[in-house]
Amino acid sequence: MYKYDEYDQAIVDARVDEFRDQVRRRLAGDMTEDQFKPLRLMNGLYLQLHAYMLRIAVPYGTLDSRQMRMLGHIARKYDRGYGHFTTRQNIQFNWIKLSDAPDILAEIAKIEMHAIQTSGNCIRNISSDQYAGAAADEVADPRPWAELVRQWSTFHPEFSHLPRKFKIAVIAADEDRAAMRLHDIGIQLVMRDGELGAKIFAGGGMGRTPMISHEIRDFVAADDLMSYLEACLRVYNRYGRRDNIYKARIKILIHEIGADEYRRQVEEEFAAVKQLGLDPPRAELERITAMFAAPAFAADAPTDIDRSDPDFAVWLDQNVKPHKQPGYAIVNVSLKPIGGIPGDASADQIDVMADLAERYAFDELRVTHAQNIVLPHIRVADLKAVWDALAEVGLAEANLDLISDIIACPGLDYCSLANARSIPLAQKIAERFADPARQRDLGELKLKISGCINACGHHHAGHIGILGVDKKGVENFQLLLGGSGAEDVSLGRITGPGFSEDGVVDAIERVTDTYIKVREGGERFVDTYRRVGMEPFKEAIYG
Amino acid sequence: MADGFDPDQTTMTDSGGGVQLRFRDDEVNEEPAVTLDSFLIGQSNATAVRIEPGDDARALLPSLDRIALIEVSFPSFRDGRGYSVARILREAGYTGELRASGDVLVDQVPLMRRCGFDSFAPEAPIDGDTLRRALDRYDFHYQRAADASVPVWKRRHG
Ligand code: HEM
Ligand code: SF4
Repeated sequence: MYKYDEYDQAIVDARVDEFRDQVRRRLAGDMTEDQFKPLRLMNGLYLQLHAYMLRIAVPYGTLDSRQMRMLGHIARKYDRGYGHFTTRQNIQFNWIKLSDAPDILAEIAKIEMHAIQTSGNCIRNISSDQYAGAAADEVADPRPWAELVRQWSTFHPEFSHLPRKFKIAVIAADEDRAAMRLHDIGIQLVMRDGELGAKIFAGGGMGRTPMISHEIRDFVAADDLMSYLEACLRVYNRYGRRDNIYKARIKILIHEIGADEYRRQVEEEFAAVKQLGLDPPRAELERITAMFAAPAFAADAPTDIDRSDPDFAVWLDQNVKPHKQPGYAIVNVSLKPIGGIPGDASADQIDVMADLAERYAFDELRVTHAQNIVLPHIRVADLKAVWDALAEVGLAEANLDLISDIIACPGLDYCSLANARSIPLAQKIAERFADPARQRDLGELKLKISGCINACGHHHAGHIGILGVDKKGVENFQLLLGGSGAEDVSLGRITGPGFSEDGVVDAIERVTDTYIKVREGGERFVDTYRRVGMEPFKEAIYG
Repeated sequence: MADGFDPDQTTMTDSGGGVQLRFRDDEVNEEPAVTLDSFLIGQSNATAVRIEPGDDARALLPSLDRIALIEVSFPSFRDGRGYSVARILREAGYTGELRASGDVLVDQVPLMRRCGFDSFAPEAPIDGDTLRRALDRYDFHYQRAADASVPVWKRRHG
């Protein structure tokens, strides 16, 4: 894991001091809310329906037990005893007092955490693959590159007032576990002639106009990465639209001028910027990479496992993934108990996960964009003990990537922009499909709910997506089919007229019944949809 | 400190609207700035030019050695195009006065300094104490920019 040195720590400490000063000026009335807003947003502080919401960054989704425990402490001391893990691998607290926010930032700074650039029109927290360093299919650990980008983007003087927020994901495998193609910039590490470099995609995003990114460069060497990104951002900062916030994301710029023209402008800018000496020396990447060295895996860890407990066996099959090191496994901890709030964890649950990471997982945890937690390096021999401990606190739901593993945004229960409540709907759907055997029969089925067109719940990228809309003052839900945020990236299509809350649950059931009727072989839901198209589903829903 | 607040080098006046802050010790250019269009079309012997957010600052590059003042306008603090304008001008070697004017707030000044601005004409006067704290707050910066600050990676590796 990355460890701060004196410079990293000084920068984060200075930020705490700065924010304290800004809050003091706001509370003293020296600043209007309008002037304060962009400043607090750059510190992850949103004003929601009932209170302030504070979003703490978990860079590339990686944290250690000490940091995890601190999140539990924040939940207890400043919130109502729980936290909410988000689709951008961060954590949010929904009931924060403005006057407490500087103290919270001071507390988390002590354990090398911050809320820098978790919102606002700047380069946001960098997201990555939750299996980094553990997956067999990666060409390298993507996190050292993500850390380089984190440092470059932190308080970037030129790019702190962009037309709109800017999200970057870094992955290093062909299997895309981070929705990389739906980011403003996506970076995929690739090998070319024995050299590690970055393939760059740009112009993806969700929101009201979802778009899949375009490949704009097949290879950028490590020594050029900062200059190249500087060029990408500068073209966007200069020419991204500022007349209409709904058209301000880079995806619209690239859509309007075309990927070829954007690429041309970036190359031209890059040629100039490359002369300025913006790129850190190779030694910096090496310094960071050394901190992400593989933990001391036992070479001869046993691989056999007692599957006699049927509940444990089900969990093994659903939530545990192969590790690159024989005798180890990747454990997914579902934060989607049937009837729970997707992504929520109580302070006690947070502590248990921290303890398990410390004891069994080389002190590492990951947050996933599907709002779950990963214990990345568990010895196969310890899986049963881990499962027992998780089960005791209600964290052993065996539903990874099944229909009840729902992504849902905060919706009308918290969010001032919402049209509809996402959370109660997620709960109803999970309850309708609660039978584990039925869920497993339906197989991989990614269901994603957003409470409004902003798409925080990734509904465009759901195999089944749900969008809350306002129909003459009444909550209404549109249904989408066929999206994906993975390497088979695609955008969902709306089935037709929307539904009431109960109506949409019924409609989903008709969709899954149709799938069971027409599926062939081992086809997943989304494969069947792609083969047979919308018609049979439409027929079943509205017919 | 490179971007710090040095009372000896910094001129600070109370006047709202005019130049309130100046980080250079040459004479203030009193000539009214002309728009980029009029500079390019007719009045190319003007020595002060005003850049609006939508203007392409690169059009000035051939004439930089004849210009003493470039005023970059910020109609709204949210519009960050002026930061790129400053970087582009400094990267091209411009050494004259680079002024940020308009909706310039105290929390933006340190970022603007890093992008190469060396004078400020904020619409609403900036509080001196708050500014001093803001400019002195960060001892280290991660990235190289248009100021003299040594990036953290350089401090780490020399
Ligand atoms: C409750 C307060 C929140 C507000 C006011 C809010 C606001 C917004 C807005 C306005 C957008 C659209 C931006 C655009 O298209 O330019 C957006 C997109 C998004 N938000 Fe949120 N959001 C909130 C909470 C969340 C939460 C809790 C998550 C994570 C679970 C989240 C994750 C996202 C994601 C992933 C997107 C889509 C990014 C994209 O368009 O590429 N947001 N949000
Ligand atoms: S999708 Fe809409 S309702 Fe849901 S959190 Fe985002 S802005 Fe709020």
